[in-house]
Amino acid sequence: MNENNESIKKMMIILSKGTLENVYAAFVLANGARMEGIEAEIFFTFFGLEAVHKKKLEHLHVATVGNPAMHMPTMLGGLPGMEAMASYYMKKEMEKIDMPDVHEFLDILTASGVKLWACKLAMDMFHYKKDDLYEGVDEVITVGDFYQKSEGKGVHMLFV
Amino acid sequence: MERIIEGKTIAVNEEGYLTDFNQWDQKIAEVLAAEAGVALTPKHWEVLKYLQDEQKNQVALSIRRIGKSGIVDIKEFYQLFPTAPLKTATKIAGIPKPASCI
Repeated sequence: MNENNESIKKMMIILSKGTLENVYAAFVLANGARMEGIEAEIFFTFFGLEAVHKKKLEHLHVATVGNPAMHMPTMLGGLPGMEAMASYYMKKEMEKIDMPDVHEFLDILTASGVKLWACKLAMDMFHYKKDDLYEGVDEVITVGDFYQKSEGKGVHMLFV
Repeated sequence: MERIIEGKTIAVNEEGYLTDFNQWDQKIAEVLAAEAGVALTPKHWEVLKYLQDEQKNQVALSIRRIGKSGIVDIKEFYQLFPTAPLKTATKIAGIPKPASCI
């Protein structure tokens, strides 16, 4: 976990999925790092881009199909409205434990100094423009740029 | 554990947080702030007072709640206490470290 026995200086988090539980995992890890005095940056790629797409970020869902931890038969999980219902209940529970919604969470992250990067390749693939993204996204960059930003001692990379 | 600050014996835990708020005073806050590399301004004191009041009312402290406090926004909170703001500010305020993930 802690390579070279160095203390953690920076977390580079790659978010590749757009399901609510994965988006929250990445956000909580980034915010938690800042709260500990650790720098944090998030690279949004593939479906992870949905978490910073203005029109989509309010409509993320939990996965009810192919998710054994939902304890729901796969056939049931695939019924119309099932994802929406599961997401509704999850969001309600999150509000109870003081968890912000995706947009507010992005505001918290940027205010806390978390850098947000969008993957150029995924942007091209989905035909997204920078204007389509949440205004706090710093820049659209390549994977090479992201590696360069990850140089240095005490930097850790995490793929979600 | 105990430590002596400004001639006063203070009870602290292993992370240096005061375990008895009654022992806290402004002088102690100044020493703890200096140790954390923070120079206290009137705005800092305002935030510390807010944290102490919330603690007194047994409100669970979190970054999100601080952002909604009306005292300070999250960006400014990080400017006032640049490294681990909630941990640092609560330590200087003489209250327990919040067990918050957000």
